Amino acid sequence: MSAEGAAAQTVRITYREAMRQAIREALIRDPRVFLMGEDVGRYGGCFAVSRGLLEEFGPERIRDTPLSESAFVGAGIGAAMGGMRPIVEIMTVNFSLLALDQILNNAATILHMSGGQFNIPLVIRMTTGAGRQLAAQHSHSLEGWYAHIPGIKILTPATLEDARGMLWTALEDPDPVLIFEHGGLYNTEGELAADAGAVEIDHAAVRRAGSDVSLIAYGGTLGKALRAAEELAAGGIDAEVLDLRTLRPLDTESILASVTRTHRAVIIDEGWRSGSIAAEVSARIMEGAFYELDAPVARVCSAEVPMPYPRHLEEAALPQAATVVQTVRAMVGKRD
Amino acid sequence: MTPTPQAASSNHPQPAGEHSLTALRQMILIRRFEEKCAELYNAGKIHGFVHLYIGEEAIAVGVIAQLQPEDAIVATYREHGHALVRGVPATAVMAEMYGKQEGCSRGRGGSMHLFDAATRFYGGNAIVGGGLPLAVGLALADKMAGRARVTACFFGEGAVAEGEFHECLNLSALWKLPVLFCCENNLYAMGTALRRSESETDLCLKASSYEMPAWPVDGMDVEACQDAARRALTAVRGGGGPLFLEFRTYRFRAHSMFDPQLYREKQEVEEWKKRDPILTFGARLREAGLLDDNVLKSIEDDVAAEIDRSVEFAEAGTWEPVEELTRFVYSERTRP
Amino acid sequence: MPSLGADMEAGTLVQWLVKPGDRIKRGDVIAVVETEKGAIEIEVFVNGIVHSFTVQEGEKVPVGTVLALIAADGEAPAVPTPPAIKPVPPIAPPPVRPVTPAAAAPPPRAEKQPAPAPGPALQPSPARLRISPLAMRVAMELGVDPAAVKGTGPGGAITRFDVEAAAKAKAAPPPTPPAAPAPAALKPARPAMMAADKQAAMRRAIAAAMARSKREIPHYYLGTRIDMSRAMAWLREENLKRSVNDRLLYSVMLLKAVALALRDFPELNGFWVDGAFKPGEGIHVGVAISLRLGGLVAPAIHDVDKKNLSEIMTGLHDLVKRVRAGVLRSSEIADATITVTSLGEQGVEHVFGVIYPPQVALVGFGKIVEQPWAQAGMVGVRPVIMASLSGDHRASDGHRGGLFLAALDRLLQEPERL
Repeated sequence: MSAEGAAAQTVRITYREAMRQAIREALIRDPRVFLMGEDVGRYGGCFAVSRGLLEEFGPERIRDTPLSESAFVGAGIGAAMGGMRPIVEIMTVNFSLLALDQILNNAATILHMSGGQFNIPLVIRMTTGAGRQLAAQHSHSLEGWYAHIPGIKILTPATLEDARGMLWTALEDPDPVLIFEHGGLYNTEGELAADAGAVEIDHAAVRRAGSDVSLIAYGGTLGKALRAAEELAAGGIDAEVLDLRTLRPLDTESILASVTRTHRAVIIDEGWRSGSIAAEVSARIMEGAFYELDAPVARVCSAEVPMPYPRHLEEAALPQAATVVQTVRAMVGKRD
Repeated sequence: MTPTPQAASSNHPQPAGEHSLTALRQMILIRRFEEKCAELYNAGKIHGFVHLYIGEEAIAVGVIAQLQPEDAIVATYREHGHALVRGVPATAVMAEMYGKQEGCSRGRGGSMHLFDAATRFYGGNAIVGGGLPLAVGLALADKMAGRARVTACFFGEGAVAEGEFHECLNLSALWKLPVLFCCENNLYAMGTALRRSESETDLCLKASSYEMPAWPVDGMDVEACQDAARRALTAVRGGGGPLFLEFRTYRFRAHSMFDPQLYREKQEVEEWKKRDPILTFGARLREAGLLDDNVLKSIEDDVAAEIDRSVEFAEAGTWEPVEELTRFVYSERTRP
Repeated sequence: MPSLGADMEAGTLVQWLVKPGDRIKRGDVIAVVETEKGAIEIEVFVNGIVHSFTVQEGEKVPVGTVLALIAADGEAPAVPTPPAIKPVPPIAPPPVRPVTPAAAAPPPRAEKQPAPAPGPALQPSPARLRISPLAMRVAMELGVDPAAVKGTGPGGAITRFDVEAAAKAKAAPPPTPPAAPAPAALKPARPAMMAADKQAAMRRAIAAAMARSKREIPHYYLGTRIDMSRAMAWLREENLKRSVNDRLLYSVMLLKAVALALRDFPELNGFWVDGAFKPGEGIHVGVAISLRLGGLVAPAIHDVDKKNLSEIMTGLHDLVKRVRAGVLRSSEIADATITVTSLGEQGVEHVFGVIYPPQVALVGFGKIVEQPWAQAGMVGVRPVIMASLSGDHRASDGHRGGLFLAALDRLLQEPERL
């Protein structure tokens, strides 16, 4: 805001490139930072996020690992305890289950279990979500599961600003931070301030103000929520869109504030409905804003099936903007 | 004046004698400390799972005495002995057993989770095999930072069946990391004999397949353990990459406190007890003229006094206020 | 019985391996105990002589039970202390509750217990209104009876829109009660106040009324102890005749007695307006009801002196239910001619309340406590309640107030006439 001229300068950039710039900046700024994971080096990253970094920073800091999720995630934990600031990349959230022991039993517990002696300043990045016809072992959205675990933080960058800015803040955090990058976002393109940098990771953000209903989304569902809001606006319904950004710790205050403004809430979550982060958000609304509600909270989640391969079935399984629009229209009834 | 072991050893000018009596005292300390723990467990002072090291003392004493203060240790849930030898005060260990906040992990961890930042003692890890990736990471940090430190990683032969064992041996050998893998093969993973869980029971052969030196060691002989550790540490510290030591040993006690030992013959236990590391080493010292009844008594008295102090300390300890329950889920300090 | 593991609660002593008189030493195995995990040998941690067994072979005892007495070397056997751990309770099936339909009566209570307090024991209304929590709240603020509103929301539910439309349809906005939450303006565009704001608004309203009361009203306070034995005995008898749903609370008798007594003391029943006392038209007793989220309201039961106890009971039930649901009628808030506050449930014995302007009196009741009671030279134990009167000295005097309390006492001694 202050540097009017500089702030006005923007560049056209993809989510993938924003993420790559974030990693690159971290490697330059802090010699303790290194990137480690499957195919992050010579291959350039499974989703090409780290392409070119090996050439620039060398194999010590851009480390290709064997397909040993548990070992290299655990090694990231150990290295963090040993004074480094590792960025560990896991190809997809489904593969992260092979490292769940390390994430839950070590990363999330050691600080508490050791009575505060050993903190773990580790960042784990992984791809999540469906939409690319990758079927049932590469497409799930398990960030809600991870958000169940105290001791770690869960970030879900949905915008270019967050893709560019969340990583550095996560690296500054003294505790383990997991960043979930929706696979469908890597190719999204837009304008980003040329001087974009670190962003805070403690708050949800209102991406569109509205007065009739709160569409609460994050990561891969933010775009769908925004599209739904546009369509609703054409029909005279003014939807607010709240981007959760951080799933743990959840910014309950912003959620309740939004619902208090609009008195209705629809949560859009690519996770399965049962026991989802959507369920958690809904519960918090009941606990904190029950007397503000003019309709029951609704959820638009993925169908409770393993993700199928064919496009029409995959689309049917996923939350869609059209479903959100239908849900909101049924909920609002007569408008006020 | 009651002669202390140090004072007594001054009668024997050779430094080997002094070291030997120190080793003897450390083994006796572990033995008596754990006997006291068993008593206190039966008395309802100590709760949860408690795994005794009795019979295996020679390994911790033989290896850890060879480490430098800046080296790191990653141990398992059978780690009382390792902590004591490393220099975690018996008072803090006993208070931890009680769950008092004066314990080395504030009472948060109990018997299975001893942690101590001052001596670089990284737990106290109770997921079989789960500590190995931490050790790999600590060693990675040392290597990347150019520090000539070693991480000693203790685990039982049960861990050999875990994927993390293989992932970590491979990764550390691949990256030539300074880890000393110390496998304490006491023949039983809880109640499952090695021969009933492994197709190949030669553990050194497994380690060798990852291109690292692997030596079997008589884990009932403290001098053999010292000697092996000394040679291994020289090699690891020299940058040769990890090294695997298989200590063949036996636990005289049950797996944990609640174990009727249905899986092994009493005769087998009695046979192994003939090789009690304290008795055999004591006999050797007597032959060498380094130990007599008076010296032994002074060691026993000194150890008994230390254990009494630890129990008094634990008894006098305080419970962490419930208001602090949620402290250290996340760090309270900011990153430097 | 030693604790052998985190999951062990009890063990069966299978076999003693020693006998009384045997010398034992630390580390000896002296017994075998059977646990869920199998037989475990019990080792001893002292040197001494077995004195006696306190648990015999075949007995199953909880962890912590003394199994045997051992005279440690150099000491006489101690007298056993009972185990600190309470024995394992016998396993019995949980009491089976009769299955009742949702709208049926609560489970029967012991006969001599008083009927449940209002509030928590309220029964679910058979036909619940489909109304959103927000609409319910707005209806309360606007004085709209939700039962009369037609819902247009999902499934015909009443939404805020419907309530506000109904309010607009009414000719004039309802009168603003003094202690009710701040009046909500009829501006649909403006977002409704947040819950915290509501709380703050109610607090401010109470603050204003109470500050005004203490600033303007010269209070006098009188208190008297009333023997409740007759009233309570009568109530017990009366409730025996009634079905569970129709049972009376003693507070209903207090309300009726206050109302009847007021007939003879009109200067306590009414308002101080514009420098003069204005008697109330009818005896409408305001009942102070605290809200769960803090604050209170004192809505009126109308013409209490003309109602029988059952009617007052019904009125009280209804009032509490609607206070908790947030649907009071504005007349109930504005019409009270006197307020009765009872803090007995909170364990309070004496209540000296602050008059609720423009009213001129407030009657307070504490809890019924058993007390020594001397009468005709005899001392007995009686259930006693402390009744108090806070009076506005501009409208009445202590002399009349005292007579009022005496009349109240007299009425409560003749419960059958209430």
